[in-house]
Amino acid sequence: MATSHHKLVILGAGPAGLTAGLYAARARMDHLLIEKGAEGGQILLTDWIDNYPGFPDGISGFDLAEKMSAQAKRFELNSIFANVLSMELKNKPMSLELEDGNTVTCDSLIICTGAHPRPLNIPGEKELVGKGVSYCATCDAPFYRNMHVAVVGGGNTAIQEASHLTKFADKVTVIHRRDELRATKVLQEKAFANPKVAFIWDTTATAVNGTDGVEGLELLNKNGDTSTLAVDGVFVLVGVLPNNEMLPLKDLEADAGGFIPTDQETRTVIPGVMAAGDIRSKEVRQVINAAGEGATAVLAAENYLTNLS
Amino acid sequence: MSDNVKEVSDADFESIISSDTPCLVDFWAPWCGPCKAIGPVVDALAAEYEGKVTIVKMNVDDNPATPGKFGIRAIPTLILFKSGEKVDQVTGAVGKPQLIELIEKAL
Repeated sequence: MATSHHKLVILGAGPAGLTAGLYAARARMDHLLIEKGAEGGQILLTDWIDNYPGFPDGISGFDLAEKMSAQAKRFELNSIFANVLSMELKNKPMSLELEDGNTVTCDSLIICTGAHPRPLNIPGEKELVGKGVSYCATCDAPFYRNMHVAVVGGGNTAIQEASHLTKFADKVTVIHRRDELRATKVLQEKAFANPKVAFIWDTTATAVNGTDGVEGLELLNKNGDTSTLAVDGVFVLVGVLPNNEMLPLKDLEADAGGFIPTDQETRTVIPGVMAAGDIRSKEVRQVINAAGEGATAVLAAENYLTNLS
Repeated sequence: MSDNVKEVSDADFESIISSDTPCLVDFWAPWCGPCKAIGPVVDALAAEYEGKVTIVKMNVDDNPATPGKFGIRAIPTLILFKSGEKVDQVTGAVGKPQLIELIEKAL
């Protein structure tokens, strides 16, 4: 099995990783970007992005991913598709074990593994994934033409996708555990003005009903009242969990949620290891700050490598 | 979407899944990012299982009948068939190990 060495490895090709790749490639650093699935990360799950500057009419998540990738490749981004199973970061050089049996070693590493949608963990949810339970409105909305769907959540993703779903569904009911939304105001205004969007406040979903497909949701409101809502589909959009299964969480002193703490320059507690984008322990998870952190991380890596030699 | 596997349609679907060779169908659409995500894995598996399992893809926009028949409400969905009968399915941009586990059910 082969071993290759690079001064910098970037793990993950979402907005943070692709920006890091752009900066590393333009700086002519000896680098390698490793992605396990498709370039773009979670923006591939988003139908439309209106808050990334430079696109006055907005841009689809898919198109933004392709443009970020093309821009990095214009400067000879060195990237491979591979799945990293584990890594050793305390010994130098650091080493990453790939699923294909190969090993990649490096002097510095930028972790941009991102996050994935958080499930509700309620009865019926897992059994009905792909049969009415979905975590990706942009993927699955067209299957709900003239139907009634529920959206669980009250953040930006939930409210943005509730509006998107009305292009197909007759009715979209948003179920939110509080009495007001966390989503940004312009998304709230759009949803409140849409006659196809209804809201059920102070309520959680406790079970998904159905055998071959979703038939309804069991609801519980904060007064303890239970009810059943008949729906054809449920979109679960309640935040994210970290993609950290390949990371040495103890060595990186991961927070209680499994995200990686860093300083302002994106440096983790391990010298030469940076973290950028949604995998970082932080409050705000947006495309724009993921991209910004990707750039910061490359500059931190350059400083580290300069002091090393 | 996978680039190197054959595209099938509602018209030729039955004849392909009824063959003696087990068949994995990747249901996708051009507007689906995760379908693109799973593409390289599906391509790799098509090469690795060549002769043992036929791996094809179906565009759900162009072919409404088959996805409707199998109750598909999300893509990517990959359904494994043996002798014309559905064996099992997975949904979402799952990893290679999960797809291998699925395919092995027909071997």
